[in-house]
Amino acid sequence: MSESLRNDGRIWVPKKLEDAKAIREGNLKPTDLAEEDRDYYLERRYPAFGNLVPRDVASRAAKERCDAGFGVNRTGEAVYLDFAAAVIRYGKEQAHIKGLNEEDEVLVKNLGQEVVRSKYGNLFQMYEKIVDQNPYETPMMIYPAVHYTMGGVWVDYNLMTSIPGCFAIGEANFSDHGANRLGASALMQGLADGYFVLPYTMGDYLSDDIRTGTIPIDSSEFEAAEKDVKDQLDAFINNKGIHSVDYYHRKLGKIMWDKCGMSRNEKGLKDAMLEIKALREDFYKNVNVPGSQNEFNEQLAKAGRVADFLELGELFAKDALERTESCGGHFREESQTPEGEALRDDENFTFVSAWEYNGEPADAVLRKEELKYEEIEVKTRSYK
Amino acid sequence: MNLTLKIWRQANAAAKGNMETYPISDVSPDMSFLEMMDVLNEELMVKGIDPVAFDHDCREGICGMCSMFINGEAHGPDRLVTTCQLHMRKFNDGDTITIEPFRANAFPVIKDLTVDRSAFDRIQQAGGFVSVNTSGNTQDANSIPIDKHDADKAFDAATCIGCGACVASCKNASAMLFVSAKVSQYALLPQGKIEATDRVLNMVKQMDDEGFGNCTNTGACEVECPKGISLENIARMNREYYSASIEG
Repeated sequence: MSESLRNDGRIWVPKKLEDAKAIREGNLKPTDLAEEDRDYYLERRYPAFGNLVPRDVASRAAKERCDAGFGVNRTGEAVYLDFAAAVIRYGKEQAHIKGLNEEDEVLVKNLGQEVVRSKYGNLFQMYEKIVDQNPYETPMMIYPAVHYTMGGVWVDYNLMTSIPGCFAIGEANFSDHGANRLGASALMQGLADGYFVLPYTMGDYLSDDIRTGTIPIDSSEFEAAEKDVKDQLDAFINNKGIHSVDYYHRKLGKIMWDKCGMSRNEKGLKDAMLEIKALREDFYKNVNVPGSQNEFNEQLAKAGRVADFLELGELFAKDALERTESCGGHFREESQTPEGEALRDDENFTFVSAWEYNGEPADAVLRKEELKYEEIEVKTRSYK
Repeated sequence: MNLTLKIWRQANAAAKGNMETYPISDVSPDMSFLEMMDVLNEELMVKGIDPVAFDHDCREGICGMCSMFINGEAHGPDRLVTTCQLHMRKFNDGDTITIEPFRANAFPVIKDLTVDRSAFDRIQQAGGFVSVNTSGNTQDANSIPIDKHDADKAFDAATCIGCGACVASCKNASAMLFVSAKVSQYALLPQGKIEATDRVLNMVKQMDDEGFGNCTNTGACEVECPKGISLENIARMNREYYSASIEG
């Protein structure tokens, strides 16, 4: 669910393991659990920010509670997002504004639900359709999930990639939003790059080429690139393997989720690199892409994308292995404070890791881009 | 759940299509309709049958890609949902479900259940925008006060995701609800006033050129619209169109 819900929702799990178990088995309703039996763990751990801690902190805290056995759905991978308090708060406010009885519980609830509906109605409807429960009456069950990936294509100050004339804008590049997707700015970089940067930088690039005619396609570079693409398409179609593209996509997703996700360690990342490499080899040997090349073929398109993911996934693991500090969404279990918070290592890791493509992901070469802070002093934020 | 699916199969735009029947078993009621289709395709591929092509992208009801005419209704039997938000719990064990593409002359079938809705893109390109100079002197949007009711109505119109359910549901294959939502979203705001005349004339012309039918106010579009776009927008577009015709 959208993070905006955390503005008014309170996140909790049961305090007692037996209550969590009873809820999982369907013998206890969350609304029946007394206030003192609930653990509002974000408010407990981070009293200053409460439910509004950044998403990496909130995600890890949810995982920590669920790993400890306090998860509240069938799979044990869910915490509650509860609007009951917000409904009462807004309801009383509305009753007060309208000069109505603030002690009338039914009235307050109705007024409060109206406010919540006007603010979050579309998200509540989405939840109701997926889960088949009414989130106005019972807390929502939420859990962190993969949303976007952080990092992207290296670009220079003009947003041009290492290929002259090839520009990458928006979240596809590594510069701002793509670098660390922890804020609520999904469209910001696309708009800023598209409206304010590209009109100048691309025009500047093209100005040198204004009299360049049509570029011939009978060059050796063009032929080599065309042959690469054709060979890959032929290989997929003629492979006639035993597993679908989705089979590999799911397997890769599981490796990434387990070993290169919210919490990472050296052994897991090393394993992940080997597992992904093996999976990639298996993919090229045994993938099955039905149909032919010259038709609308979704499986073929997907095969090309999953082939890329199988390289990128391994590079993610390599990058995470190299960076032994914890920083933002990247949490290395070896680098944490006694309280379990992310511990940065500014002395050794104040740089952007740009990886130079070198065929196999394991052979990618690290190009460090130093981060120089002139106007601000680098500090560690505390949400306590 | 065990179901029988009757699905429209068509190799490409030129090919003659036909309905094929596929049984599917052990469907979880918690699956979305598209997840059920994913499972079907996995099974078909194992049997060496070409998987069913269907449109999908975000799978959270905001992109407008998923189409499908399910049991005679765009996006199936549930209200205010796209196909990805339709869950199998809305069906019963043993049901036969008929799945067809969105049908309209202006939406040619690409393959099976996927249709080409680029006609909508061309209508948008004809006028669905405001021209703003981003050279550095851009006015702060908050410096123009807008009545809350107008802002809400513009927002409601802007929630149109361009899925084409209105066209598929209309007996005339009219695109009036879509175009009127796009026109209204700007007509209600001061930022849209400057280009209002050209906008409505150009968008309506493009709509007609694409071969969409006329509106006869049956209201099926409003019922099937996953975003609840109101017929009021069509009235607003007609008004915009008439005043633009007089000015134009």
